[in-house]
Amino acid sequence: MKIDWAALGSVFGVSLIVTVALVGLFTVGIAGLSKQEAAAAQGGSAGLARAGAYACFALCAAAVAFGIYLIVA
Amino acid sequence: MEHITLLLAIVVVTALVFDFTNGFHDTANAMATTISTGAMRPKAAVAMSAVLNLVGAFLSVEVAKTISGGIINEAGIRPEVIFAALVGAILWNLLTWLLGLPSSSSHALFGGLIGAAVMSAGFSAVNGGTIVTKVLIPAVAAPLVAGLAALVATRLTYRIGGTTENRSTSKGYRAGQIASAGLVSLAHGTNDAQKTMGVITLALVTGGVLAPGSNPPMWVIVSAGVAIALGTYLGGWRIIRTMGKGLTDLQPQQGFAAQTSAATVILASSHLGFSLSTTQSCSGAVMGAGLGRKGGAVRWSTATRMFVAWGLTLPAAALVAAAAEFLTKQGTWGIAAVAVLLVAGSGAIWAISRRQPVDHTNVTDDEIQPAGVVTTAIAAVSPPPAGVAAAPVTGPGSEPPAAAGTAPAAPGALTATVAAPSSESAPAPAATV
Repeated sequence: MKIDWAALGSVFGVSLIVTVALVGLFTVGIAGLSKQEAAAAQGGSAGLARAGAYACFALCAAAVAFGIYLIVA
Repeated sequence: MEHITLLLAIVVVTALVFDFTNGFHDTANAMATTISTGAMRPKAAVAMSAVLNLVGAFLSVEVAKTISGGIINEAGIRPEVIFAALVGAILWNLLTWLLGLPSSSSHALFGGLIGAAVMSAGFSAVNGGTIVTKVLIPAVAAPLVAGLAALVATRLTYRIGGTTENRSTSKGYRAGQIASAGLVSLAHGTNDAQKTMGVITLALVTGGVLAPGSNPPMWVIVSAGVAIALGTYLGGWRIIRTMGKGLTDLQPQQGFAAQTSAATVILASSHLGFSLSTTQSCSGAVMGAGLGRKGGAVRWSTATRMFVAWGLTLPAAALVAAAAEFLTKQGTWGIAAVAVLLVAGSGAIWAISRRQPVDHTNVTDDEIQPAGVVTTAIAAVSPPPAGVAAAPVTGPGSEPPAAAGTAPAAPGALTATVAAPSSESAPAPAATV
């Protein structure tokens, strides 16, 4: 009986980092969008917040695409 | 398919039934949080999951060469053994569904294979070390890994985004949740439909219909994919309710964190060489997300019942499968008896489930108690797996009394529930082992 602790450890580490990074990115994106919305409501604009938000969502979409690639490959 | 004997046909059909139970048992993994947070309507959620499961079944290019991953010695396995193993796995899947407990379908299949193999060829047919590395350690690790990731992610999302909710944020979390739930569904279709294809292919090889080492024929792939998709679409609403509402109360942020954690853990584990159970990862992620919110709480009585079911899955399925294999060894009448018992047992479980139906209309209701009453009633009638196992040993004639024994006992247990706190039902199944 050989337990592959290295593989288990890497699953643990990768899962933790990827989950936290993705959820963090997504939340930043959402916060950016709602900031932009609030600014728009006051007649201003927050282009930077909006651009940042879309960048975050794009990264998340890339992660989903990579996930599909992993399933198919 | 040139010449398929009746036995082989029965094995194939049973494998498809297992595939079907696998589908509706595991709908919860992908869709429970999505449904309970209101990201998707229940019917739409299971429909999406079903389609992705079907797609997933066709995606995979690598064929499952072994069904047990080396846990049992598959060299001299006979179709009857596979049949007995499937019977054990199906009955355990149905029973845990009745109790609304998420448990691993793969572990049920492993347990069934172990029990049937031991009864057929003795303990030497089972590789004990592989059980530890493929079943026990993943069972402990999966909820811990997914739970911790979901907990940290939930903390983070509340810290960055705050607890305020408005239209655009909840819409955003909804989209994120649907994306990660879709990934889980797709991965499930690829992995689990393939498992059934492996079982059917192995049965066809042992029956001499296919040459050893050949790929599953197209009709096997299609039927396995359709069976798992149909099961998914039917929806194991009882399990969805436990996972989405019973373990903890989820807000959209938590649902998103939990589902993302589950999807990540499943994909990471299957591609870094340490496979973790989908069901256990998802349950762990839900609990982690529950603990991550300030003021959030996990209902530990429900969680304990779930842990007990995880622990029982392998031995219970093994016991039923061993009893079934004992019968099939007796010859043709034994196989027929097992088939009759399987149908009767499934019918009885379905009939009991109709007393407190849970479906897409009430799956997100706040009232959890009815499920608890059913659970307690069944726990009082227990030990269900032993009861099912005992029936085949004493012969097919004992089935009607066994079924009759279940029916009158349940109402008594129902009245007992009113007096006793429902948490007492949790230790009961453990004590019977």
